[in-house]
Amino acid sequence: METATQTTGEDAPAPVKIALRNVFKVFGDRPEAAIRMVHEGRGKEEIHAATGCTLGVKDASFDIRAGEIFVIMGLSGSGKSTLLRLINRLIEPSAGEILVDGQDITRMSKRELIALRRRDMSMVFQSFALLPNRTVLDNAAFGLEVAGVGEQERREKARAALQAVGLGAYVESRPDQLSGGMKQRVGLARALASEPTVLLMDEAFSALDPLIRAEMQDELLRLQAEHSRTIVFVSHDLDEAMRIGDRIAIMQHGEVVQVGTPDEIVSSPANDYVRSFFRNVDVTQVFRAGDIARESQVTLIERRGLAVPAALERMRQHDRDIAIVVGRDKTYHGMVSADSLARAARSGAEDPYRRAILAEVEPIAADETLSDVMGKVAESPHPVPVVDADRRYVGAISKSTLLRTLDRSGN
Amino acid sequence: MQDWNLGIGEGADAVVNFVLDHFTPALDAIAAGIGFVTDGIRAALTGVPMLAAVAVIALLALWRVGWKFAVFAVAALLLIGGMGLWERMMETLSLVLAATAIAIVIGVPLGIAMARSNGVQLVARPALDLMQTMPAFVYLIPAAMFFGLGAVPGTIATVIFAMPPVVRLTNLGIRQVHHEFIEAGEAFGCTPMQLLLKVQIPNALPSIMAGINQTIMLSLSMVVIASMIGAGGLGNTVLTGIQRLDVGTGFEGGLAVVVLAVLLDRITQSFGQKRAPSGLRALFARRNGEAAAQPVKA
Repeated sequence: METATQTTGEDAPAPVKIALRNVFKVFGDRPEAAIRMVHEGRGKEEIHAATGCTLGVKDASFDIRAGEIFVIMGLSGSGKSTLLRLINRLIEPSAGEILVDGQDITRMSKRELIALRRRDMSMVFQSFALLPNRTVLDNAAFGLEVAGVGEQERREKARAALQAVGLGAYVESRPDQLSGGMKQRVGLARALASEPTVLLMDEAFSALDPLIRAEMQDELLRLQAEHSRTIVFVSHDLDEAMRIGDRIAIMQHGEVVQVGTPDEIVSSPANDYVRSFFRNVDVTQVFRAGDIARESQVTLIERRGLAVPAALERMRQHDRDIAIVVGRDKTYHGMVSADSLARAARSGAEDPYRRAILAEVEPIAADETLSDVMGKVAESPHPVPVVDADRRYVGAISKSTLLRTLDRSGN
Repeated sequence: MQDWNLGIGEGADAVVNFVLDHFTPALDAIAAGIGFVTDGIRAALTGVPMLAAVAVIALLALWRVGWKFAVFAVAALLLIGGMGLWERMMETLSLVLAATAIAIVIGVPLGIAMARSNGVQLVARPALDLMQTMPAFVYLIPAAMFFGLGAVPGTIATVIFAMPPVVRLTNLGIRQVHHEFIEAGEAFGCTPMQLLLKVQIPNALPSIMAGINQTIMLSLSMVVIASMIGAGGLGNTVLTGIQRLDVGTGFEGGLAVVVLAVLLDRITQSFGQKRAPSGLRALFARRNGEAAAQPVKA
């Protein structure tokens, strides 16, 4: 690391900006005991049984270089958002060192930490987290305002940042007047206004529509080309990681299983889990139903006064023969087909949705492995709905989704 | 069955006597402080000519609620004046405002402290339950013993009864601020105080305003009882009606309390709503009848 900070040559790697050394995060009352058990080589379940603690991040060590886009990737629950929050200590690490520009932030006092967050780091959130009581301009100026920058100067800088993300005309709007993509542009402007050297992005584009997401990725790459920053980007989306990442860290059950460029990871995956993202040996054992279920089906929310013609029209527009009926809280009620719905409506039943539900369709549980559900998907004439442990609708698996997943395994 | 006597009543007696014996100067200081607030507000309110006060309240109603409500406010206030209860109503209003002001000054910081510390919440909760449910007469007597008769003990009794909602709803409002807003505040380097002032309180404001509204309503419902220890106001009218078995007088006093309650409720509630129509422009728009038919966008 010492040597790395001196290199500036063309081909030499950029200096290390952030370094993690044996970082742990244990959720629970007895982190020391849990970490000792990790060193003894005990498994996650065993540790949970013995100490009641959950391992959020397990022994993470890697370097993030200045000016790169570093993507932390993994399925949900793999600890990637926790890992990101350790870097600015929104979550306190249980053990290990986190060096930013060579300084160990785990030893910093509250005051030093606040100074670091104001000066060097900012963050973009999946849910945008814009303050609803402020205008777009005041949201973008928030970091500067907190840091005590004068009104004139911070408004100028915030205006420039908004201009840079293409929102110059919306400075006086309120967040609730903007679309999702625009909100996240404000989030980005807020993070850029204080000109930080590190940008932490937590699933920043995951809540956006696919088209807007690609647009925002391009925007980020453009901004990065203009003004190079160190970006740590958390994502669960392989395409996104490959598209924007200079290097990718892959996390599994709280552990960083591989760090490398997209090419390195594709060509020599560290284990089956990593391989499963690209050309899995047996994708059906690694992925669970919830992992590949897509919310691409038409959903109808069951409520009084919902007209059948409108529902049929929506299905026609989306070119679907079937639709999923859910409750207001997304609980799965059943699947209907255009035929059954039309028949139920014609019969004049009071509750056409109940009447139209296809009795033969059984939802599958999100935690079943693909090998267990393959048969059902193959046999069913329709996509098969997937529900979680609370019977909430997660998505559906169609034959084509299944085939595409299997195809990714290559051979 | 044999009755037990644990001596709790005697204990309470002893505490009251001990306080009376040893803390009279402190009690006098508190009484002087509260007396200053209540007397000041009372003097200011009763000094205003009736028609001027009606005009101010009508404008406030027009600005915050709408022209229909402004018409109602004028009619209601003239009704109170017509019953000869204007002076009494203003006394009551000053008692309510004084009690509310004190309740906010104590209650909002207490609610914030509860939101920030589970320990404070653990202690404060039963205290609030006690304040809300203990029959008012029980503390009216010691209050009169400590502070004499008049508006001061009336105000104190009213504060005790009316403060819990603002404390509870401040606590709740701050605890319910979305976790993502807190994270955003912290990630951009807020100190705990900045987080409170720039993130938590602005987001909890609707809830805090609802608490203040409830505090005002409860203190209004306390005025009749407080008049038993000489707090004055509309409560006196009601009390007179009860004592003389004079249904008419009692009804007039009660009606005036209800009318005042409706006015205070609507006007204070409007301050809790997000982005109510504001400024003179909205006021003129309303006068011209343009915005009158439009629903207020929350």
